[in-house]
Amino acid sequence: MSDHDYRPKSRAGQWFNDRLPLLTLANHLTDYPTPKNLNYWWTFGGILTFCLITQIVTGLTLAMHYIAHADMAFESVEHIMRDVNYGWLIRYIHANGASMFFLAVYIHIFRSLFYGSYKSPREIIWILGIIIYLLMMAAAFMGYVLPWGQMSFWGATVITNLFSAIPLVGEGIVTWLWGGYSVDNPTLTRFFTLHYLIPFLILGLVVLHIWALHVPGNNNPVGIDIKKPSKDTVPFHPYIVIKDGFALLMFMIVFAFFVFYAPNILGHADNYIEANPMVTPAHIVPEWYLLPFYAILRSVPDKLLGVVAMLSAILILAVLPWLDTSKIRSAVFRPLYKQFYWILVVDVLILGYVGAMPAEGLYLLIARVATAYYFLHFLVILPVLGFKEKTLPVPLSITEPVLGGSPNLAAARNKESKIE
Amino acid sequence: MSGKKTKRRDFLFTATTAVGAVGAAAVVWPMIDQMNPDASVKALASTEVDVSSLTPGNTLTVLWRGKPVFIRRRTQEEIDEARSVKMEDLIHPEKDEDRAKNPEWLVMLGVCTHLGCVPLNDKGDYNGWFCPCHGSHYDTSGRIRKGPAPWNMEVPKYEFVNANTIKIG
Repeated sequence: MSDHDYRPKSRAGQWFNDRLPLLTLANHLTDYPTPKNLNYWWTFGGILTFCLITQIVTGLTLAMHYIAHADMAFESVEHIMRDVNYGWLIRYIHANGASMFFLAVYIHIFRSLFYGSYKSPREIIWILGIIIYLLMMAAAFMGYVLPWGQMSFWGATVITNLFSAIPLVGEGIVTWLWGGYSVDNPTLTRFFTLHYLIPFLILGLVVLHIWALHVPGNNNPVGIDIKKPSKDTVPFHPYIVIKDGFALLMFMIVFAFFVFYAPNILGHADNYIEANPMVTPAHIVPEWYLLPFYAILRSVPDKLLGVVAMLSAILILAVLPWLDTSKIRSAVFRPLYKQFYWILVVDVLILGYVGAMPAEGLYLLIARVATAYYFLHFLVILPVLGFKEKTLPVPLSITEPVLGGSPNLAAARNKESKIE
Repeated sequence: MSGKKTKRRDFLFTATTAVGAVGAAAVVWPMIDQMNPDASVKALASTEVDVSSLTPGNTLTVLWRGKPVFIRRRTQEEIDEARSVKMEDLIHPEKDEDRAKNPEWLVMLGVCTHLGCVPLNDKGDYNGWFCPCHGSHYDTSGRIRKGPAPWNMEVPKYEFVNANTIKIG
């Protein structure tokens, strides 16, 4: 990297940069050498940054009109929808923005799973990402409580009750979380506070995530270490900026479709009924992005073990760099892993589907099989595969398979073009 | 540096850290405890309910400490069913005699012990309650019989103030 040689051209710039090297940072971000074969699955980092900023900006404006009180929250949301200028637009962007954020983060995570981006030396980037993902879930859950509809109230009741599964201190923790003996006004006000705080924690972690990324540099579809800068890299600006920008535009079309044409399709009608502590809705479902974990929770017939299974399903991702024993990063050169990868994708989609269905009969059976397979994938298949799998020859550089010159690279080129 | 001097320093470091940790804990505790139920929440500890209008086979649901309380005036059939159950068939063994001192009246928190939803009356495989959230079945004594809930529905502290009034809490 050429960071340390950078010197601003103007004298004012030099004066400033000697005192606070912001221009050096800007130069680093502009020149940052990026693998030239990054495909569109790599544009979701930028898209996620956009999602975070969107949520913060719309959230701040909503907070100017929202009232965090059990007696007024529901009405204040209706007030935003009906009276506040463009309130409907801002709220719909914020509500659907949460779904878009998760859509993007799931693609981003599965991109990492396919190309082995979590492997050495990128474990810290990966773990920071999992922490961000956990915080996103916390923020989304608490945000969903704020309109104080039926789903808000009962979602809050069910999720906070998860802590009551902890032996001995569980009940005390739940009372402490609630600030009372049930979900009520004290719960709402603290959830609002935390919902406001978490995005800024995420913002800080995103900075660390990108910082950690810029140490080894991006992984790439071939999954090999490359020399930087070299003929295998292009500067971040303008190449990646333009590509990210185009992908972002495409993403915004999908986003706008939901906001303008189907703003409530991802929500639940029950949340337009004000919270009633006396009546539980017939069918409680969390937002779609939490459904796979909800299915895992329900598939275990024991309360404590169900909670443990659900949390493990998320936390197991944090140790993934050590569960996957294969030295090869990209699934392009791992014929068996590639198949197991797609089985996992289908497995998670199935979990999401049965999570939305009643926990009985065939649905429950499917949920149990899918839950078992989820853990099997991470705890058995991945560790074993690293030793058993016969991987394909990996090229020495990104440029080589394109220009030829090495006997085992034609196969690699074919493999790569197939997935793009 | 001699060993003696190092030991003296070690002692000072340890003592300072210990005092600092106690000080930090003393500051952190109010920050944590402020989230516990406050005096106004605790003040709403009891409620009196008029049950004179309740006929056998019906349930009254009242709010106590923000939670629903089921007051069920049971029919003889329901009482017989609840009392004939063998203890070994129960997930959380409790005698109906202990749960309903006056067999006609069953008073309990209408909160599923799984994750806190409100079970539905007269539903489920045991003619008692059924929780729609995750499928727990309760019998006519409010005892868990099937599903993920670990315990029977909780019987709160209550008493008959007079023939028609129950005081909960």
